[in-house]
Formats: sequence, C-alpha cells, structure tokens
Amino acid sequence: MEAKNLSIFSSRKSKSVTERTAAIILRICAIMSIVAVASITIYMVISGTPALFSQGFADILFNPVWNPTGKNPEFGILYIIITSIFGVAAAIVIGVPIGLLTAVYLSEIAQPRARTVVRSAVELLAGIPSVIYGLLGILIINPVMYDIERALFANDPNHQMTGGSNLLSAILVLAIMILPTLINISQTALEAVPDNFRKSSLALGASKIQTIFKVVIPAARNGILSAIVLGVGRAIGEAMAIVLVSGNSVNFPTPFASVRFLTTGIVTDFAYATGVHLDVLYTIGLVLFVFIIVINIVLTKVVKAGVANGK
Amino acid sequence: MKKLVSLFLAFVMAVGLVGCGSSSDNGNSSVGGVVKLDGSTSMEKLVGALSEAMPEAYPNISLEAQFTGSSSGIKALIAGTADIGDASRNLKDDEIASGAVENIVAIDGIAVAVNPNLRVGDITSEQLAQIYTGEITNWSQLGGQNEAIVVIGRDSASGTRGAFEEILDIEGACKYAQEIESTGAVVAKVASIEGAIGYVSLDMIDDTVKAMSLNGVAPSNETIADGSYTLARPFVMATMGEISQQSEAVKAVFDFIASEDGQKVLEAVGLVGVN
Repeated sequence: MEAKNLSIFSSRKSKSVTERTAAIILRICAIMSIVAVASITIYMVISGTPALFSQGFADILFNPVWNPTGKNPEFGILYIIITSIFGVAAAIVIGVPIGLLTAVYLSEIAQPRARTVVRSAVELLAGIPSVIYGLLGILIINPVMYDIERALFANDPNHQMTGGSNLLSAILVLAIMILPTLINISQTALEAVPDNFRKSSLALGASKIQTIFKVVIPAARNGILSAIVLGVGRAIGEAMAIVLVSGNSVNFPTPFASVRFLTTGIVTDFAYATGVHLDVLYTIGLVLFVFIIVINIVLTKVVKAGVANGK
Repeated sequence: MKKLVSLFLAFVMAVGLVGCGSSSDNGNSSVGGVVKLDGSTSMEKLVGALSEAMPEAYPNISLEAQFTGSSSGIKALIAGTADIGDASRNLKDDEIASGAVENIVAIDGIAVAVNPNLRVGDITSEQLAQIYTGEITNWSQLGGQNEAIVVIGRDSASGTRGAFEEILDIEGACKYAQEIESTGAVVAKVASIEGAIGYVSLDMIDDTVKAMSLNGVAPSNETIADGSYTLARPFVMATMGEISQQSEAVKAVFDFIASEDGQKVLEAVGLVGVN
C-alpha cells in the first residue's frame, strides 16, 4: 500500500528514501533560481562589457551623442541614463504621496465597505498589462500634452514639437503603474504597527490624524521605504508602456522633450541592430542590470536596518 | 457490421479526395518542403501574400516566415536558421562577405505621409530634407496652415529609415521628434497629429493619411518603376550562395515570384517588379 509506505509508521528504510528524495527535489528547485540568476549575471557581463572596452567607458557612459548608424557612429548613452534616473525619480515623487496616503486611508480610516472597493481597484490596477497603460497614454495623455506643448512653445523657434510624446507623459504613466506596489507594501507595513501604539497615542490626547502622521507612519518607516525602493525597481524596468508615450528620440530630459529610457532604447533598436550597435544595447542592459542590483542591495539594507531597530 | 461498412465507405471517399487533389495540380507538386524566411518587417505584407498565393502553383511548399528586421533576418540566414533572409535595403559589405547573395525581387516606394487635413500636397526633396534636419519647423513656411511640424521617423536601425536618409543624403543629421519602432505605428501617429510628417512603405498608405508628391511626382507603381519618383528602395530576398545552388523548394519561391502570378502578387501589395 502506497499510503502506508509514506506514513511515518512504515519501515525505516522506505521512510528515509522518501525523505531523502523529497529533500533532493526541494534542493534542486532552490538551486534553479540561483542558476538562473548566476547565468543571467554571467551572460550580461560577457555580452555587455565588450562594447565598453572597444569604444571606451567614457565614450559610452559619459557621451551624450547617440548616433549608432551614422557614418561616424557614436554610442553615447549619457542622456539615456539621465532620462531613466530623472524619469523614475519624478514618477516616485508623484507616486509616493498618492500611494502612501491611499495606504493610510485603507489601513487607518476606511470603513470595511469602502476598503473593499478601493482594494479591488488597486488590485485591478496591478493586473492591467503594461501595454494597456501605454495605449491609454497614447489616447489620453499624449493629446493633452500636445495641447499644453502648443500653448507653451507656440513662439519658441528652438523647441521641436513632439506631438505630446514626451518625458512628462512617460512620468505620468510610470507614476500610475507603480501605485499598486507602493500601496500594497505600505499598507502591509502600516497594518503591522501594533495597535498599542495607536491606543497609547490616542490616550495621551492626540487626534486620529496626529496619531497617523506622528506615530503610525514613523513606526512603519522601514516598510514604507521598502515600498518606495520596490516602486523604483518596477519603474526603472518598465518598457512596454513608456515606449508608446515617450517619443524615443535621444534628448536631454526636459519635461516636454521626446526622450529615450534605458529599457525603451533596447526595445526600439534590438530587432535591427548589428555589430557594435548590438553590443552597446547589451551594455545598456548591463547598466540597467547594475541599477536593479543596487536597488536590491539598498532594499536588503533597509530591511536589515529595520530588524536591527527592532521594528 | 454497419460500422465496418461506414468505415469502408469513409476510406473510399478519403482515397477519392486525395485522388482529386493530385489530379488537379499543374505538375509542380513534385517540389515540396518548408522554406524558412526571416527578416524585414516592411516585407511582411509581401511574404504573407506570397505564402497565400504559392500553394496554388506549388501545393507542397509551405513558407515559414518570421519578421524580425532586415539585419536580424540576414543574421539568421548566415547562421543557417533561415533559407531566405528578407532585407528592405541593399546588403552591407560584411553581409556579402559572409556569403549572402543579394536577390532583388521588387522595388518599394517610400511614401511621405502627412495628416489628411494638411493643406500642403507637394514638396521638393530639398524641403523634405530641411524638414527632417530641423530647418523648416512650420507648415506655413511651405504655404500651408500655421501648424508646427512634428517630425516622425523610425528607430535608428530600421531599413525604411536607412533607405530614406540615404536617398535624401541626410544620414545621421535628422532631428526626430518621435522615433517609432514599427511602420503601422508611424501611420497611426501621423493620422492622429495634425502637423505630423512620417515616412512609410507606399503600400502602408491608407485612408487615414495622405501621401505627398515629391518634386511634383505622386508616388505610384508607375512613377516608381520608371524612376521619376525618387524615394524608392529594393526588397531583397538574400540567399547563401546563388539561387541556382539552393534547394528545389527555395528555387521554386524565386520561380514563383518571377512568374506572372508572382508579379500579380507584387502588384497587389503595392510593389513594383524588377523583371
């Protein structure tokens, strides 16, 4: 009987075989992700570094001119890097207050019925494929941006009209896309704050809002920081949505300029690129990969600091 | 017993159908096999139309096509994962050095697409170059309404962009407001932005956009074939080695394109034949 063999009452030998097999299977599963991460790292370094050495670090990383198919090709990705950093930072600046306050509302103030409605909206937001955000950006944000652009730069001969596909559109799309990450993780952090904190604060005469901003949010600080760091990770890796709204020309990231991000740079050129151009796309991938690693290290530090503080 | 009879009848009918199929072909069914194509997204319409039309003449040949871009198609050809590499441009020297042979099957006109509401219908090559290099920034400078020009182009390694910039001699000098990674998206953007200008294959022009005439010549199959419309580029189906060295199935593809039926297919997708 199969069931009997698996039970702890069966013979010691068959028991140890089952246990050992299970342990091996579990171990193989665990190793899979390590193998995946290790091979991706090795692959990114192997394919991303040749261009750095053949073109020179400074000519790629600190050069603003991106002209990969010209007669004298240049592969500067400085503006692309700055765009990614600037765009993600701005999306965070817009997204964090909205996300954090939504989380506060959900965990501290909302009635159960309202909470269910908002929660399902947030979950739906998280499930929408990113290309849909991009399409909505084209249909809604870009035309509005073009109207604003035409009004602002009507008499400016130095401004190139972009038709509304600009950095600001991409920032707005990114800010909306990172909301679910920010809300979900911040809310978990806020709900993990012991109820005694709130009760003590209220008992000392603080109002509900004072309690939230002076006691609960500071106590949940590390969880909120994790949410922000994960939001940064989500935003910097996004490609499909912003490739549709950002215009994709390589320019210095001013709000109404057509810009190219690290991710969209790879997406737009990859199908056609050859030779050094292709190598540089891998280098862009490597830069992106380094950013993600740094973000993860920061996240680990934040969480560790939280544990050390006893929070 | 009833079951056996019906099975037998079904068998007879199946044999009969197969017999019908083989008796109605025109003698090309001896050539068979799968031909793998890979390459230019601009050639998607052409290859799609070919793979629909070919079975009529060659019932046993099927075309397996991917559209990953001109350069990556030639890469696939050289790597041996494709039998034919589609490129919407002439082959580069390093590609020819790797053994790829350039077989031009058709000529594609690049149309300059603008919004239908634009009150400018004709442009010179020089003005077009000036628009794309940022010297002309408003349609009023060309006699149209006071509308800023939104310069739309393709990604820096697209075959259409390469051909467009090369023909106008503005390689690397273009100031794009938007760089789009597909032909269809360029049409969509031009249709939605009033001052926009973009370049696409002539067969991509539909009712939502207007094709401008260049130096007084409207783009059409005739003007592209006789050379009076100057924005045109070759469609190449590259092979490793000459066509005569290819498998029977690959040869059949080129035979079909050269045939009368094949030339009709080219015409149907807005291309101009080279024979």
